[in-house]
Amino acid sequence: MHLQLAWRNIWRNKRRTTIILIAVIIGVWSMIFEVAVMRGMAVSMIQNGISTLTGHLQIHSRGYRNDPAIENRITAPEVIENALEKVLPKTAKWTFRVRVNAVASNARHSSGVTLLGIDPTREALVSFIGTSISSGHYLQKDDYRGIIIGEALLDKFNTKIGHKLVIMSQDADHEIASRAFRIVGTFQAEMEGTEKQYVFVTRQAAQKMLKLGESISEVSVLLAEASQHETIAENLKATLPEDQYEVNTWSEILPFVKAYLQLFDGFVYIWYLVVFIAMSFGIVNTTLMAVFERIREFGLLKALGMKPWWIIRGVLTESFIMLMMGMIAANALAFLSIWALSDGIDLSAFAKGVEFAGMTRIIYPVLTLRDWLNGNLIVLLLGLAVCIYPAAKAARFRPVEALAHT
Amino acid sequence: MGLSMDVKMAWRNIWRNPRRTLLTICAITFSGMLLVFMLSFQFGSYETMINASVTIQTGHLQVQARGYHDKKQMQLVIGDTGKIVEILQQIPQIKAYSFRALGFSLVSSMDRTYGALVTGIDPVNETGVSRLKQLMRRGSFLTPGDLDRALVGSLLAKNLQVDIGDELTVLGQGRDGSIAATVVQVKGIYSSGIDEFDRASIHIPLEYFKEVYDMRGAAHAAVIIVNALGEVPDAKTKISSALSDTDFHDSLTVLDWEELMPGLRQGIELDLVSGMIFYVLLIIVVAFSILNTFLMAILERTREFGVMIAIGTTPGRLTKLLLFESMAMTLVGIFAGILAGCLVTYYFQVNGIDLGGSSELLGQYGISGRIHPKLSIWSISIGPLAVLLITFFAALYPALRVRRLKPVEAMVAV
Repeated sequence: MHLQLAWRNIWRNKRRTTIILIAVIIGVWSMIFEVAVMRGMAVSMIQNGISTLTGHLQIHSRGYRNDPAIENRITAPEVIENALEKVLPKTAKWTFRVRVNAVASNARHSSGVTLLGIDPTREALVSFIGTSISSGHYLQKDDYRGIIIGEALLDKFNTKIGHKLVIMSQDADHEIASRAFRIVGTFQAEMEGTEKQYVFVTRQAAQKMLKLGESISEVSVLLAEASQHETIAENLKATLPEDQYEVNTWSEILPFVKAYLQLFDGFVYIWYLVVFIAMSFGIVNTTLMAVFERIREFGLLKALGMKPWWIIRGVLTESFIMLMMGMIAANALAFLSIWALSDGIDLSAFAKGVEFAGMTRIIYPVLTLRDWLNGNLIVLLLGLAVCIYPAAKAARFRPVEALAHT
Repeated sequence: MGLSMDVKMAWRNIWRNPRRTLLTICAITFSGMLLVFMLSFQFGSYETMINASVTIQTGHLQVQARGYHDKKQMQLVIGDTGKIVEILQQIPQIKAYSFRALGFSLVSSMDRTYGALVTGIDPVNETGVSRLKQLMRRGSFLTPGDLDRALVGSLLAKNLQVDIGDELTVLGQGRDGSIAATVVQVKGIYSSGIDEFDRASIHIPLEYFKEVYDMRGAAHAAVIIVNALGEVPDAKTKISSALSDTDFHDSLTVLDWEELMPGLRQGIELDLVSGMIFYVLLIIVVAFSILNTFLMAILERTREFGVMIAIGTTPGRLTKLLLFESMAMTLVGIFAGILAGCLVTYYFQVNGIDLGGSSELLGQYGISGRIHPKLSIWSISIGPLAVLLITFFAALYPALRVRRLKPVEAMVAV
């Protein structure tokens, strides 16, 4: 009965209700939608970080992370292979890599790169390279001469597929090893930096060039369920001898992505609060008006024996209904706009700036349950909290004065 | 009955309901304050980023051989540096300049080898165009007369496992493509906070660089710092017109920091655009929040307006009166907002904002430690002006609606 009463009271002034509803709708919509876009930015940053040769977990020889030199290599990969088979769920993918700093050069140019020796088939399941070949072809298993480089590096070196590229690095005996490879393909990455940084050869070719035998530099693991990465990392740590190997999760390997995420989480709440405050002035004012033009009515109700608490409840119910209506419409609108942008927001116009900021070129809005719930809860709870003020005002009218009010 | 009377009447009308008016003013104050602060914050961090990048890496302007910036080829050089000196000394906006030569090389210590960019710098003039000297963490900066001495980035020094006094072998390609090789001693280690820079660069004296890399007197870039960021375009025009009068107007070009670091420029634009979207949405929410106040102010006074029309007030004057009322509220709110915004911003401008855990992240963009927002005429005015504009449109609807009132009906309205 008092729901019905509140509902009818709200629509006594249609224009006023509509206007405050619009304010709530725009406010809540912008909260949910903007945060979904920002969250999408963060998620694509993480995904890009993980697929750019990080994976969910990495295993190195102890000391490699501080000093990624060839000395700190894993000399017994079979130990790790056994551990991985024991610990990892069947759905997880993993691969071995040789990874060293090197210098690439041709007749006219030279540049610092990271040389990766990969198992073409396994690597394709773990990192971006399997799906990023833009011309030429991917490495074959027994290709000892082939090298894949990024398009940006190809441009910078003014060379093309089929031409030679000399790679120089330090081998296991501290000697400079140098070897000519033939460019068999190029890859395209989210970031130009990635295209300039990494060159890929087969693991056997790298091991032979650097006199590594069967040694490798790192193991990268991609899980089917990203959320399990911490428990699996713990299990791996327990299985592998701690003094020889380090197991790291992606958030330890990409500290900047993690720092960005923290900054972003703080930002979400600031944005929620700012929009809410902007809205709340309107909500309070409208409720106040609705209360003050009904002074006589409240006075009469009180004179008839209505308890102050009931009046507060009545006013708050009105606010609740109004907030709920606005929120439902705003959420529907937010879902619609997120759905409309599900093909991604293309920021290619700012490609260089996007790269500078460490973001990806295309952003897909992502609405997480937590962001959605928090946004709505903030509006609903704080919205009701600020309406306590006008409601308390209404409850305190003295019947006699209120009835005399014109 | 003149304008002053209308203003007075409007002022009295808005205080007939002080609570409502105050809430409305608060909403406007809040948005004005927030916008002043946010814009100052953004502009302040842009300036920090630009200054940091400019004084660590590129300078405001560079004279280079045409094509050098894209291709970084050793043979694209400034041959006659003396002529460039003559030109640069003529231009009053230029505060300092220095020549640099650069070559990518293999740098090895006892048992480590990494690729790095070797930069030849003039030990005296370099201090005018970059903060390298202030960034020294260990050892000391180069002095005139130094030959086989090198300054090494902190991360590179860590990777190479070298310290002050250790020797490094440098192996690169000379200007003519021949092998350039030498041994240098580490004289100092610097740290800029920008990992990319600290991980892959070493600096040696320019004269020594020229010798080792067979530069035959040439350099790769004249790095220029002007008096203030705003003078960059002017200085750039002057340099290019001076260059075009010389023999090498085809081979040399002048680039500003935006061209030298396109990522920084676009990053700033991206941040501005996304900021604007937030602000516009925020202002619209505020506008709808206060539209109700404006609207109520006329709806509850229907009788009053009916009487006014009946005694001869023209609809035009009524509209004007209502706009005065809403604009009076808006203006009070906006000035309070600007004042509060300036105070809050000024506090942080002096003390800085500590972003805690993300300081390492911001270090990558050249922002070290704290962010200092910066009040400027733009950061103070843009936001509040936008609020003024949008609230004016919000006020227009009720002010124009009142013209439709019919005196007789209005007077009997409750």
